[in-house]
Amino acid sequence: MDQHGAADGFVQLLNPEGDHVDSVTGPDGVTYAVDFTDDEYRGLYQDMVTVRRLDAEGVALQRQGELGLWASLLGQEAAQVGSGRALQPQDMAFPTYREHGVLYCRGIDPIMPFGLFRGVDQGGWDPNEFKFNQYTIVIGSQTLHATGYAMGVTMEGRTGSDDGEAVIAYFGDGASSQGEVNEAFVWSGVFNAPVVFFCQNNQYAISAAAERQTRVPLFRRAGGYGFPGIRVDGNDVLASYAVTRAALDHARHGQGPKLIEAYTYRMGAHTSSDDPTRYRMAGEVEAWKAKDPISRLKAFLVKQRIAGDDFFAQVEDDARKAALDLRERVLAMPDRQPVELFDHVYPTGSPELDAQRRWFTGYHASFDSTDG
Amino acid sequence: MITLGKALNHGLRRALEDDPKVVIMGEDVGKLGGVFRITDGLQKDFGENRVIDTPLAEAGIVGTAVGLAIRGFRPVCEIQFDGFVFPAYNQIVAQVAKMHYRSKGKLRLPITIRIPYGGGIGAVEHHSESPEAYFAHTPGLKVVTCSNPVDAYTMIQQAIASDDPVIFFEPKRRYWEKGEVDLDAPLSGAFPLHSARVVRPGGDATLLAYGPMVRVALDAASAAAEDGRELEVIDVRSLSPIDYPVIFESVRRTGRAVVVHEAPGNVGLGAEIAARITEECFYSLEAPVLRVTGYDIPYPAARIEEEYLPDLDRVLDAVDRSFGW
Repeated sequence: MDQHGAADGFVQLLNPEGDHVDSVTGPDGVTYAVDFTDDEYRGLYQDMVTVRRLDAEGVALQRQGELGLWASLLGQEAAQVGSGRALQPQDMAFPTYREHGVLYCRGIDPIMPFGLFRGVDQGGWDPNEFKFNQYTIVIGSQTLHATGYAMGVTMEGRTGSDDGEAVIAYFGDGASSQGEVNEAFVWSGVFNAPVVFFCQNNQYAISAAAERQTRVPLFRRAGGYGFPGIRVDGNDVLASYAVTRAALDHARHGQGPKLIEAYTYRMGAHTSSDDPTRYRMAGEVEAWKAKDPISRLKAFLVKQRIAGDDFFAQVEDDARKAALDLRERVLAMPDRQPVELFDHVYPTGSPELDAQRRWFTGYHASFDSTDG
Repeated sequence: MITLGKALNHGLRRALEDDPKVVIMGEDVGKLGGVFRITDGLQKDFGENRVIDTPLAEAGIVGTAVGLAIRGFRPVCEIQFDGFVFPAYNQIVAQVAKMHYRSKGKLRLPITIRIPYGGGIGAVEHHSESPEAYFAHTPGLKVVTCSNPVDAYTMIQQAIASDDPVIFFEPKRRYWEKGEVDLDAPLSGAFPLHSARVVRPGGDATLLAYGPMVRVALDAASAAAEDGRELEVIDVRSLSPIDYPVIFESVRRTGRAVVVHEAPGNVGLGAEIAARITEECFYSLEAPVLRVTGYDIPYPAARIEEEYLPDLDRVLDAVDRSFGW
C-alpha cells in the first residue's frame, strides 16, 4: 500500500501483488466491497488492456503525424475503467480530455474523440446521445457543467430511488486549484446536487507536482464544502469501482455530492507535446510501475485461477485487432470541406456569417475558374 | 405606462409562464427581486426551482447554466452589474459561445445572460461599465440591448425563446423610464430581435446609438431640428449580429453618420460600424464616420462621470464637425 495513501485512508481492495481483500471499511465508515463474477473480473481486465492498447495507438498515431496531439491515459486505466464501469446507463459523465477509458466503458466507439486530436473537428458529438459530455479542454470548467446538470436532475425529481440519475465530473489534481472547481463544490453542496467529483490525482499538472496544488490531501477538501470525501487507490480497479459505485448510489438516492480522490500516476507525458524527463526522475516512474493497475489484476486472476494463458493471449490479440481497426478508421477520417468553417456557429444562423460564407465560396470558386 | 424595469419583469414572467423549462438564476433574484427589482415577485409566484437565488459566484451562475442547458433547461442568468461579469467571462467565451460549434450543431445552449450596464447613476467602481464589445467580438454569442420599455418587454422574451446564447444588456439608467407597453401583444410577428430600427426619421445625417444612448441621440435630434437639421436616429438594438442593411440604407441617403456609445472608443462597436459604413457606403459619404464615445480610461468616479458620458452637446458637436467637413 502506498505510504501517503495509507496515512490518509486509502481504500484498497487489490494490492500490487494481486492479493484481494473481500471488503474494506473506509475512514468514512462505509464498507467497500465488490461482488463480481469471474466473467466480470475478466471483463475488467479486458477493458483495461484494451484501453491501454488503444491509447498506445493514439500515441503512435501522433508520433507518425496522424494526430496533432494525444493525451495519454497510461497508468490511469484502473481509475477510469473502475469508475466508468460503475456508471449506470442513466448516469451522465462530464470528462476532461483524457477520459478515453471512461468513454470506452460507456460503450462508445473509441474513435469518437480522435476527430478532436486529428484536427478534423473539435469533438462533434451529442453529450445527451452518449450520456458523455464533450471533452473539455479548459481545466476544470466541466465541473460546473456537471453541477448544473445535476441540479437539473434534482429539479426534475429524478433522484431518490435505485434507478435515480447520478452525474460524475472528472478532473485532476491541477484542476483542483481552479476557482471554478471550488465553485462547483460550493454549489453542489448548497444544492445537494447528485454529482460525484472524481479527481484523478495523477501527481502532475503537466510539470507541476501535486504538492504545488495543495497543502492537504485533496479528498479532505470536501469537508470544507459540506460533503464527504474519500481517497481510493486509483490503480486498483476493484476499489475504484466500489468507491465510485457507492458515491453514485449516494447521489442517485438524493443524498448529495461526494468527492473521490483516485490516487494514481500519469505514467506517460501530459500530452504528446510534453517531455516529462525535464521534471521527474526515472526512479519515480519505476516505483509506480510496480503498482501497475493491469499487472496486479492479472496477478489476481492467475492466483485465483480465474484466467489462464489462453485468455490473456486472446485479450492481447483482440486488443491488437481493435487498435488496428481504430488506426485504419482514423486514417480514413475525411477532412472537412473548407466552407464548413461557417457551419454551426449559431443555431439560428446569422446574416453576417451568411455573407462571409458567400464571399468565401466565391473566393474559392475564383481559383477553380482560373484552373479551368 | 410602465417603466423599462417593470417591462422586463413582465417579459420574464411571461417567459416563465410560456415555457416550464425557463429558469431564472442569479444573485439576490429571489426574495429580494434583484438589486434593481427586475425579478420582483417571480420567485414567490414560480417557486425556488424556477427562480433560483444562487451562491455569490458568477462563474458558477453561468457554468451551472451550461449544465442545465445541456439537460434541456432554458436558463436566464442575471449578472448583478456589468463590472461583475468577468469572473464568468471564461464560461461565457470558452464554453457558452463555443459548445454549439464544438458539437457540430448537435448541442444547443439557449442561455440568456442579462447584464445591467452603463453609467449615469452615480455608482461606485465596477457598477457603470459598458463591456458589450468583449462579447460582440466573440463568435457564437448574440448580443442585444434595449432602449425603451416596449423593446425591453419584447426583446427579453425573444432572447429567452431563441436557441442562441444571448447576452442581453439592460440600460440601467433607463430602468425608470416609462412607456406604453401592450402586455398582451403576441411574440410572433413582433419586431425581430436582431433588427435595427429607425426611431426618428431624418434626411440630413444619421445618428447610430443603442441602449442608454438612444435617449441622448433622440434629444440631440430634437435640438438639431430647432436649427433646421433633420437627423435620422437608428436604434442599433442588436450588437451581434448588427443589422447593417438598415444602417447602410440610411447613410446612403444622408451621407453622414455619427456613432454614439458609452464604452471607450478604442476598438469599440463604433469602430466596427464606422469601418463597415466606409466599406459599403464610401461613395455616399460626405464626411468620415465620426464617433462620440467614452474616453479610453477606466470608468471614472461618480462625481465626474458626466464628463465621461456622451451627452447632447457632444453629439451635436460631432454633427457640426460632420457638416463642416
